[in-house]
Amino acid sequence: MDARRREVLKTGGGVSLLALVAAAGWLKPGDALAQGAAWNKAAFETHSLDETMKAFGGSAPAQSKDIAFVSTPDIAENGAVVPVGVSSSIPKTESIAILVEKNPNMLAAVFDIPAGTDPAVSTRIKMGQSSNVYALVKADGKYYVASKEIKVTLGGCGG
Amino acid sequence: MADPMKIRANVVGDSTEVKVLMNHEMETGQRKDAQGKTVPAWFIQNVTATWNGKTVLNAQWGPAVSKNPFLAFKFKGGAKGEKVQITWTDSKGDKRTDEATIA
Repeated sequence: MDARRREVLKTGGGVSLLALVAAAGWLKPGDALAQGAAWNKAAFETHSLDETMKAFGGSAPAQSKDIAFVSTPDIAENGAVVPVGVSSSIPKTESIAILVEKNPNMLAAVFDIPAGTDPAVSTRIKMGQSSNVYALVKADGKYYVASKEIKVTLGGCGG
Repeated sequence: MADPMKIRANVVGDSTEVKVLMNHEMETGQRKDAQGKTVPAWFIQNVTATWNGKTVLNAQWGPAVSKNPFLAFKFKGGAKGEKVQITWTDSKGDKRTDEATIA
């Protein structure tokens, strides 16, 4: 038992050292670069679900009933602030994306869900007009999608 | 430097629920000012949340996220007194990190 404890400490130490090296040597000077790589510009410039899927490098998503919209209204009074919550009960959910069909650029947000984090996020988005909102979930390398129509009384883009 | 975020982290069962309210214009790049000139886009692109040095959430945002963005999520673990850190980076390269103690 004691030997195992040592081992855990050792590997643990190794990981944090690696993280330190990464933080000190890599991320600091190359910050701008790292950022550019982290933000998927191509995906954020897409106008349809198919294009977005291409930018993500995935195939057409399967409709899923395991994705739920949480505390999301059917009618939003103010398109500038539409609360959207997405939760997925698909095992091994890796990421959740929120897409608005009729916005100038479809993709609104992508959340990467590391192991240990609940596959449920909520945020607030802007909607230009009444539209379908898609929740795109990547789980175990596959894509799933669910949609919900949200009616907007007052647009949030332009104006 | 932008205004501080409001972060609230609470233990709920065996998880920690984190709610963040950021202060940011989130300009879409679609809007025009009084002179008819397009207001350039300026929005938060990356958000990272860490707890005990471990990333618990990583987000990429487009300009369609609302002004003064709100974000809520939950992760397993976390105890009272531990820290949760949130960092965002916007499209101008501006950065802000704030920390909250789990309650």
